[in-house]
Amino acid sequence: MTSPQAGGGDASTRRRTSLRLGVGGPVGTGKTALVAALCRVLGPEMSLAVVTNDIYTTEDADFLRAAGVLDPDRIEAVQTGCCPHTAVRDDIAANLDAVEQLEARHEPALVLVESGGDNLTMTFSKGLIDLQLFVIDVAGGDKVPRKGGPGVTASDLLVVNKTDLAPLVGADLDVMARDAARVREGRPVVFTDLRNEPGAAPVVAWLRGRLRGQDAAPSP
Amino acid sequence: MTATAALLLLADSRLPAGGHAHSGGVEQAVSAGRVGDIVTLERFLRGRLATAGAQAATVAAFACLEVTDRGASGPAGGLWSDLDTEVSARMPSPAQRAVSRAQGRALLRVVAAAWPSPVVHRVGARPHHAVALGVAVALAGGTARDAALVAATGAVGGPASAALRLLGTDPVELTALLARLAPELDRCAARSGADAVAAAGDPARLPAPNGPLLDVLAERHASAEGKLFAS
Ligand SMILES: Nc1nc2c(ncn2[C@@H]2O[C@H](COP(=O)(O)OP(=O)(O)OP(=O)(O)O)[C@@H](O)[C@H]2O)c(=O)[nH]1
Ligand SMILES: [Mg+2]
Repeated sequence: MTSPQAGGGDASTRRRTSLRLGVGGPVGTGKTALVAALCRVLGPEMSLAVVTNDIYTTEDADFLRAAGVLDPDRIEAVQTGCCPHTAVRDDIAANLDAVEQLEARHEPALVLVESGGDNLTMTFSKGLIDLQLFVIDVAGGDKVPRKGGPGVTASDLLVVNKTDLAPLVGADLDVMARDAARVREGRPVVFTDLRNEPGAAPVVAWLRGRLRGQDAAPSP
Repeated sequence: MTATAALLLLADSRLPAGGHAHSGGVEQAVSAGRVGDIVTLERFLRGRLATAGAQAATVAAFACLEVTDRGASGPAGGLWSDLDTEVSARMPSPAQRAVSRAQGRALLRVVAAAWPSPVVHRVGARPHHAVALGVAVALAGGTARDAALVAATGAVGGPASAALRLLGTDPVELTALLARLAPELDRCAARSGADAVAAAGDPARLPAPNGPLLDVLAERHASAEGKLFAS
């Protein structure tokens, strides 16, 4: 299904069968809401685990535990020392440790790694994850896709969330779609409204395709 | 001859072994009002070097010596487990021990890729950080004194950058502070290297310079709410 090379060459890394999916994006765009949705929809049919990277508290992990979408033992929180992107990009040691512990305990088919909310320059290391989602929202206006950055342009799936807010902030979703398509050179983009459609259907559909594996071509 | 360039890699804060997320007690010291400016930071770092720094330096030098003295596969497993016990005994805080092991494991991952050797697999899955560091320096071609120097440097360098992020310290002033500490780092490395030689083969004879403050801060940190660093 996925190539098990990620893991920084640690001798203790067994051949793994999980797909590691990074969920990144700026602060408050709906990463945790999306992770909760994926747990709710996919949890009943496959073994799942989640790593959260909270900046200052264990808010995200606590939210997921309280939401009851996943057995608390399948959730690990990592502390990132002021630099959320460092922990998922430059020095992934603590995240790898958390992922490997979850894999050893639960043999998940899918591990979700939520980054700490950061900015448009964040991106995940391929040593940590196989595929990455980048979540932006429309609340900051329709200019975000145009601004680009590695998450917007190169992530495996761009999720534009909070479409329900578009009329309130005067954001034009067509403009966002057009700009995103231009900077992403054909990589997929989906729009979600997790407030009113908490099933995240377009993301789930994309992910199912990747999990089936035909077009899963994670990093070598 | 010592492999200087490889040592620079091990002393580089960009080494992907998890160090960036640890403040070495600085975050709690800041919360408690013990550290707030460059003067109090210098005092804290000097104290840290004399206690946890010297401790780590001696242990790293000892581990390095064991590997360089015993050839390809390093010492027998019993020595590693004895050393592990002695290091744990010098680190009363359970939180501190957990942090030390997490960092040791992370460092081993890097060492396994950068300087592969059977020794990496014999030292245990979660060695104390200073032990892993000693092994790393040995495999990278360094001496016991080099290991002590890298350990001592890390013992102040990591906390110094944590202070910069927490306090907005002037980075130029901070570098000047570290330059003032440099001679003390060299002295610490020389002393620790010699202590390791004196204890060779018997980790129980290693000195125990660790002081209580960092252990208290580590315990407080473990149960603190709203923190940025893992320790
Ligand atoms: N209106 C609206 N609100 C949403 C939507 N999705 C999430 N939210 C809300 O946006 C806020 C932030 O959502 P989170 O899921 O916590 O965002 P996050 O990206 O995980 O945030 P950080 O981890 O803090 O960076 C919460 O109050 C959510 O309820 C949406 O589609 N529409
Ligand atoms: Mg979140």
